[in-house]
Amino acid sequence: MEVQLQDSLLIKRYCAGDEKALEALIEKHNQRLSSFIYSKVNNRDITEDIFQDTFIKVIKTLRKGAYNEEGKFLPWIMRIAHNLIIDYFRKSSRMPMYEGSDSFDIFSLISDEKLNAERQIIKDQIESDLVVLIQELPEDQREVLIMRIYKDMSFKEISENTGVSINTALGRMRYALLNLRKIIEKNNIVLTN
Amino acid sequence: MEEIYFRNQQNCEIVQAKPETVSFLLNYSKSLKITQAKGIQFESNLN
Repeated sequence: MEVQLQDSLLIKRYCAGDEKALEALIEKHNQRLSSFIYSKVNNRDITEDIFQDTFIKVIKTLRKGAYNEEGKFLPWIMRIAHNLIIDYFRKSSRMPMYEGSDSFDIFSLISDEKLNAERQIIKDQIESDLVVLIQELPEDQREVLIMRIYKDMSFKEISENTGVSINTALGRMRYALLNLRKIIEKNNIVLTN
Repeated sequence: MEEIYFRNQQNCEIVQAKPETVSFLLNYSKSLKITQAKGIQFESNLN
């Protein structure tokens, strides 16, 4: 009862412009609120953040005169903290956070999918070599291969465009790839990245 | 007989917000201004 009375008095003083009253309120509930938050999130930094956000909400509500004093200040701030904890868990489930340690390196999970400069040069070289090799193929096979690989056409579309059946287009593609391999082997060309 | 000494270790560390956090909140409170105009409340931070 004494605690509740003190809280209400401090709130009244704070609303009247006494900043010291806020300090007293924070100090008074600091340990209890922090322990409550810490028991849920198990992380000091996050506890600090949630504690801070809780009191920002408290300050705003009190300053706006929107707080209805019923002698339940502590349960009220606990409720605010509880809601912020739920928000935190919702957010962290959407964006999971991984922390690195000596035995676990976060960068082993995250990698840049972009090729580095060297690999990019090799890739470009392979692609330009392949263009030259494709020119060595017979016309009908080359046509099908270009439509399939470079123009991303389906075999149905290829058959419609070339005026042959789908099976013929498939056969030409197969021979095109076999012949490409033969040319590569014959000329001892290495196409790797 | 061997004496057993024990250090009074504080295994249960007290969790408290840092003084910086408290100081931030107090400064935030001082800088926060609530203005009311035509029934609408406006918040502003004057640092």
